[in-house]
Amino acid sequence: MKPVYLDNNATTRVDPQVVAAMLPYFTEQFGNPSSMHAFGAEVGGAVKRARKQLQSLIGAEFDHEIVFTSGGTESDNAAILSALEAMPERTEMITSAVEHPAVLALAAHLEKTRGIKVHIIPVDAKGRLDRDAYRAALSTRVAVVSIMWANNETGTLFPVVDLAEEAKAVGALFHTDAVQAVGKIPIDLKSTAIDMLSLSGHKLHGPKGIGALYVRRGVRFRSLIKGGQQERGRRGGTENTPGIVGLGKAAELAELNMHDEVTRVRSLRDRLEKGLLQRIPNTFVTGDADNRLPNTCNIACEFIEGEAILLLLNRAGIAASSGSACTSGSLEPSHVLRAMSVPYTAAHGATRFSFSRENTDEDVDRVIEAMPPIIEKLRDLSPFWQGAGEAPAAFKPVYA
Amino acid sequence: MWDYTDKVKDYFFNPKNAGVLAGANAVGEVGAISCGDALKLMLKVNPATEVIEEARFQTFGCGSAIASSSALTEIVTGKTIGEALALTNQDIADFLGGLPPEKMHCSVMGYEALQAAVANYRGEEWHDDHEEGALVCKCFGVDEGVIERAIRVNKLTTPEQVTFYTKAGGGCLTCFEGIEQVLARVNDSMVEDGLITAEAAYRIGSVDPRAMKAKAQPKQLRQPKVDIDRVMAARPSADVTAAPAPGAAAPAPTRMAAPAPRGPAVSPLAPSRPAAPKLTTLQKIKAIEAAIERLRPYLKADGGDCELVDVDGDTVQVKLSGACVGCQMASVTISGVREKLIETLGIPLKVVPV
Ligand SMILES: Cc1ncc(COP(=O)(O)O)c(C=O)c1O
Ligand code: FES
Repeated sequence: MKPVYLDNNATTRVDPQVVAAMLPYFTEQFGNPSSMHAFGAEVGGAVKRARKQLQSLIGAEFDHEIVFTSGGTESDNAAILSALEAMPERTEMITSAVEHPAVLALAAHLEKTRGIKVHIIPVDAKGRLDRDAYRAALSTRVAVVSIMWANNETGTLFPVVDLAEEAKAVGALFHTDAVQAVGKIPIDLKSTAIDMLSLSGHKLHGPKGIGALYVRRGVRFRSLIKGGQQERGRRGGTENTPGIVGLGKAAELAELNMHDEVTRVRSLRDRLEKGLLQRIPNTFVTGDADNRLPNTCNIACEFIEGEAILLLLNRAGIAASSGSACTSGSLEPSHVLRAMSVPYTAAHGATRFSFSRENTDEDVDRVIEAMPPIIEKLRDLSPFWQGAGEAPAAFKPVYA
Repeated sequence: MWDYTDKVKDYFFNPKNAGVLAGANAVGEVGAISCGDALKLMLKVNPATEVIEEARFQTFGCGSAIASSSALTEIVTGKTIGEALALTNQDIADFLGGLPPEKMHCSVMGYEALQAAVANYRGEEWHDDHEEGALVCKCFGVDEGVIERAIRVNKLTTPEQVTFYTKAGGGCLTCFEGIEQVLARVNDSMVEDGLITAEAAYRIGSVDPRAMKAKAQPKQLRQPKVDIDRVMAARPSADVTAAPAPGAAAPAPTRMAAPAPRGPAVSPLAPSRPAAPKLTTLQKIKAIEAAIERLRPYLKADGGDCELVDVDGDTVQVKLSGACVGCQMASVTISGVREKLIETLGIPLKVVPV
């Protein structure tokens, strides 16, 4: 039976067209774009094309606002460190409680080693940012705000366009980790006040180990990786040309498929969600149901543990992921679900299904069929499950 | 994806003895939903013979938690209460053909549930003194509570001692700084309590982790089937490392990743420390070779071997080969060899791999 891949927020399959576009840059087109001969010139042209493809996808005003990096994590690090270095008189930063570790681990490190004051803005039960706390934290002492565009676990979208305006008012730079948003929802940076944006190739059917940082023209920037004059001195190191070409192609395809993503993919996700909620008691959707990525469904099943669900799903040929502690080797369930105060009874049993344009109706049918008996089996094993109907009254579904 | 053995998978996909046991007269409940795993063990014990005639479980937890629980019910069925109490978490892991180090706590949960069930049968109360806390050493699944307890009970003052008593830090050593922090914090509070002197307390940064002999890479992340600790069953409770702070009681053996069972600090099973005899170098070498000989089958079972290279005063040089080399267990093997030698010879020795 064909496996059902529903873990596209973890990584996506590289589109065969992307692979085809990349191949020549491993073989005949091996030149170094900096070289003063024909080998280099052709590759230089390919890098420029890729930059334009990305520019188009994210609606940047200029193609030179795109800096190629090794991926989302590097882009996040480069953006935050640059802002703090460029504005040494400002010693605070703002971020949210549900960011990716690429931001949170760096923030914790900066707090510890450089005495940077980090404001971590909490979220509510639906994962929405506390706007009052955000406003209260903003001041002329803040060098940079880093708030993600879309959360990787729940898909919840953040109002980054508005948040960026507010940051601009106090002169702080605004960075957004849009690794999960780029390619899934339309983005038009030139009409916003966003200063920097991170994206990653492998989340949009491009290769791994390649990404980009958008840096608005005129934003002061200090390079993270010192070296040669590549990327206008903003990122040293000979360019990963096959990766860059692949990322460009992936961006072009994402733009072509944007309509499909926000319509068909969304309806697949919605059908799965409704199907599961109808068939499985004591189950609810986490995140902001009205305002999230069209591809993400994070569903919490009470009284069972996520890793056990994943193992049984895997046996049924279905790939998903979980915010459970046991899948990561840590003792705490996902920091995102905990920040949203999802009760422990459910946080351990949260399962994320994330779609892409490659998923089909049949995939949804398979999950709707496989999931209820799995949950039932595990609940039967659980000492906390007293059978449907007798569930604790404290249980309040967030989504109906 | 975890590297589970086929047996773990089988016990997870087709758990045996799942569900409520009507008429159980020994019930142990451990864990909590907030921790991500919880186990209710139910036993039917024959009061006349004290034989466990039937065992069932209910578990909330990951794949290995469910497999460990089911394995436990299989292991204890037919055993007497006394036999059951002698089981360790390692027996559960062994039964399953090993668990990934990060998942050893699942077998510990089984061990605790069994202790709790027996206490319940005897009408006693079992105290869960498992302090939880963050997982410090991933290679061996040792959490902060276990390390803290080992430091306090045994008056440990160096990271190396922590490794010997808890195994934390015996593998890839990425947890070294974590161990240092716990050690420094607990030592500080021990100084305050007058348990150790301020000079003896550990200061962060005073040991260079590169000088720790666990140079092994975490190549093989599974626990070996034979645990050196068990090979060393009933080892003397005497010090295995440098003598503890003067005046300290003989340290109790600490069970790996398991809370020290309630009761006397020194295991009643542990024989008293043999008096240190005066040996000639030749006698020493003979005794050391004999001790290694006795260990060899266990090392071989894991595809490894160990051979004596030289004896220089109190320093014994050994050569590890086969699967022992580069295995994260090398340091554990070395400490196991040392314990065995100390047990046999009754004199403090340093064992170094060459
Ligand atoms: C929100 C978010 N930010 C950053 C990253 C890291 O991106 P990369 O894997 O390209 O470093 C990820 C991917 O895991 C992500 O989901
Ligand atoms: S994490 Fe402790 S030795 Fe590897």
